[in-house]
Amino acid sequence: MAFESLSEKFQRILKKVRGQSRLTEANMDDMLKEVRIALLEADVNFKVVKEFVEQVKQKAIGAEVYTKLNPSQMVVKIVHDELTELLGSGDSELTYEKNKPTIIMLVGLQGTGKTTSAGKLANLMKRKLAKKVLLAAADVYRPAAIDQLEQIGKQIDVPVFTMGTGVSPVEIAKKAKEKAYNDHFDVLIIDTAGRLQIDEPLMKELNNISDNVNPNEILLLVDAMSGQDAINVAKAFNESLQLTGIIMSKLDGDARGGSALSIKHLTGVPIKFAGTGEKLTDLDVFHPDRMADRILGMGDLVTLVEKVQEEIDEKEARKDAEAMMSGKFTLDDLLKQMKRIQKMGSLGGLLKLIPGMPKITEEQKEAGEKEMKNFEAIINSMTPYERENPEVLKNSRKVRIAKGCGKTNADINRLLKRYESMLEMMKKMQQYKKTGRMPPGMGFPPGGMM
Amino acid sequence: MGLFKFLKEKIAKKNVKETETYVSGMTKSRENFANKLDELSRRYKEVNQEYFEQLEEILIEADVGVSLTLRIIEEVIEESKSEGIKEPTAINELVVDKMFIGYATKGGDITNEISFVNGGPTVLLVAGVNGVGKTTSIAKLAYRYINKGKKVMLCAADTFRAGAVEQLSIWAKRLNCPIVVGKPESDPASVAFEGARRAKEEGIDLLIVDTAGRLQNKTNLMNELAKISRVISKEIPNAPHEAFLVIDATTGQNGVLQAKQFLDCIKLTGIVITKMDGTSKGGIILAIRDELGIPVRFIGLGEKMEDLEEFDLDKYLYGLCLAK
Repeated sequence: MAFESLSEKFQRILKKVRGQSRLTEANMDDMLKEVRIALLEADVNFKVVKEFVEQVKQKAIGAEVYTKLNPSQMVVKIVHDELTELLGSGDSELTYEKNKPTIIMLVGLQGTGKTTSAGKLANLMKRKLAKKVLLAAADVYRPAAIDQLEQIGKQIDVPVFTMGTGVSPVEIAKKAKEKAYNDHFDVLIIDTAGRLQIDEPLMKELNNISDNVNPNEILLLVDAMSGQDAINVAKAFNESLQLTGIIMSKLDGDARGGSALSIKHLTGVPIKFAGTGEKLTDLDVFHPDRMADRILGMGDLVTLVEKVQEEIDEKEARKDAEAMMSGKFTLDDLLKQMKRIQKMGSLGGLLKLIPGMPKITEEQKEAGEKEMKNFEAIINSMTPYERENPEVLKNSRKVRIAKGCGKTNADINRLLKRYESMLEMMKKMQQYKKTGRMPPGMGFPPGGMM
Repeated sequence: MGLFKFLKEKIAKKNVKETETYVSGMTKSRENFANKLDELSRRYKEVNQEYFEQLEEILIEADVGVSLTLRIIEEVIEESKSEGIKEPTAINELVVDKMFIGYATKGGDITNEISFVNGGPTVLLVAGVNGVGKTTSIAKLAYRYINKGKKVMLCAADTFRAGAVEQLSIWAKRLNCPIVVGKPESDPASVAFEGARRAKEEGIDLLIVDTAGRLQNKTNLMNELAKISRVISKEIPNAPHEAFLVIDATTGQNGVLQAKQFLDCIKLTGIVITKMDGTSKGGIILAIRDELGIPVRFIGLGEKMEDLEEFDLDKYLYGLCLAK
């Protein structure tokens, strides 16, 4: 995921300072040099890096640092504050019209993810905000771009307005707007063709569309992998179109995305959304302050909490928790729990959000997800009676189940072992509830609830 | 600075028109980079610490990569000290020299054109992250080899992205060349296998296999790519003979990671760098060559079928640094 290496670097740098009792110019310089390299390697624009390093230096070498008892904490705070400043401040929500359609235009270079993001945005608005959304296919240049949007529209059950490739994009946008007004849509999202910011005729075409439909939002797609030039692209698009926001795409890759962040700093255009996967639900609202935490390796607890709240019916969860605490924990409960976790997205994505857990490798994550799938297959092959009373599972039953789900006896044993350790843990928790004392060996169980 | 002059002379002898299209495609990159170097050398009579810092920034801004940049600058500082070179233009030439020599001496010899095998189809596998221009590059490559009299077949093994198969099919129609497609969401490896089978059957010279965009940190998808490659070799031994990684010129430092991960997964034989007609300098290709030895084979300079050129280091550096 993005910023990982940057956060690791900061952690290492800060460790260096942590061992020393106070900040001197010499050890600050050393640290700032590493901060600079880390940021440059993250594709943060070199001008922004320069400013950033200078700001941190100015603040750190002030008297305030020396009066603090713990200088390293102060440095963490300064770096964090400055980083938050760099990323932008405050949440950046979209603004919606009340009595007419809200019109959103997506623009950007080729291959940044406009069409996919159009689908994701439509899906988000429909699902979360219950908006009536219309997509419009105004990319008449790239072969099959319209096909792509139509297929996406079908997947998320959102209508797509098309006029084929024989009509000018301006005309398509105008007609789409008419349709959005006539049929009382809440939102119209216009997908445009990718173009270079130096392609004057095509940039003019965007101006033309914008003048004709008067969009509420013009969002620029920025690829998280983009390098130093991203800032020139954003500047050019902003100068000709007055952008209202940025969507960062491909943040599920391992690019650190620093360049997109410099855009906010140098153009003032806020980053509003982050694309975090290939599924049409993989679009998150962008939170600069939380992203700064993430860069510093502090995890992103708030996002995690929101994600969990959204997906879990709280009442149901409480009922489960009570059942668990009373010791009536069956394989069905285990399955329910696992399903809920799956619904929240991949285990890997979730673990990333938890502070203090940056050391899990891709392989380990995948192994975990695979195990969950195996468990589900096994439990689904059991009779209800077996699920309620796992102790009846002797060899003959296991052989039958193994055949049913195509797994091995060893797989079933692994599941039962996991179940037992969960049961054990729950018993300890009950004890804790009664005595109020934490039994030894509790805390985060390895591989535990996940 | 013999090499530098040699470079200029070598370029001057080349087919003028060819060099012109190459350079005009790169106008924006060139202006930026060359102007900056030029401007910098005018501002200083003698180089100093500050001068080198600015040089460093110019290279970093071209996405040459932090570690490679730092190394180039360090070497130049040392050489300038030991040889007493203080004149800015001479220092600039030294920088370009370093880039040239570094690229030319890393990895094996470079032949840009696809090397065809005797007796049977040559298979080219094309991979890359999402949105870099794989499908468009494939169309351009197909066009290139059809014009050279080869029988080309396309294989649409991107069964994942909506509209991907349609996109390649439209190109196949325009190019008037056969295409193998599978059912939507079918196993891409099975489509590739079918492609290999049919290419053999129909006496095709070049089979180009398109694959879905995949981010290099997604193990499942990378395994899928390895499988595609494996399955092709089952039908045609030693295939794919060529495997190109497509990289977007706007890519920053992540480009090196991309190349590394794809190299771990399939036997890459070259890079196609796309979108070089924009303002990005694509300097990351120097870092990729430096760290992994993978050469750039072709360069995409526009959206039309013919907008594909062989990569030529002389011309690239000439366009990037020297042209006025």
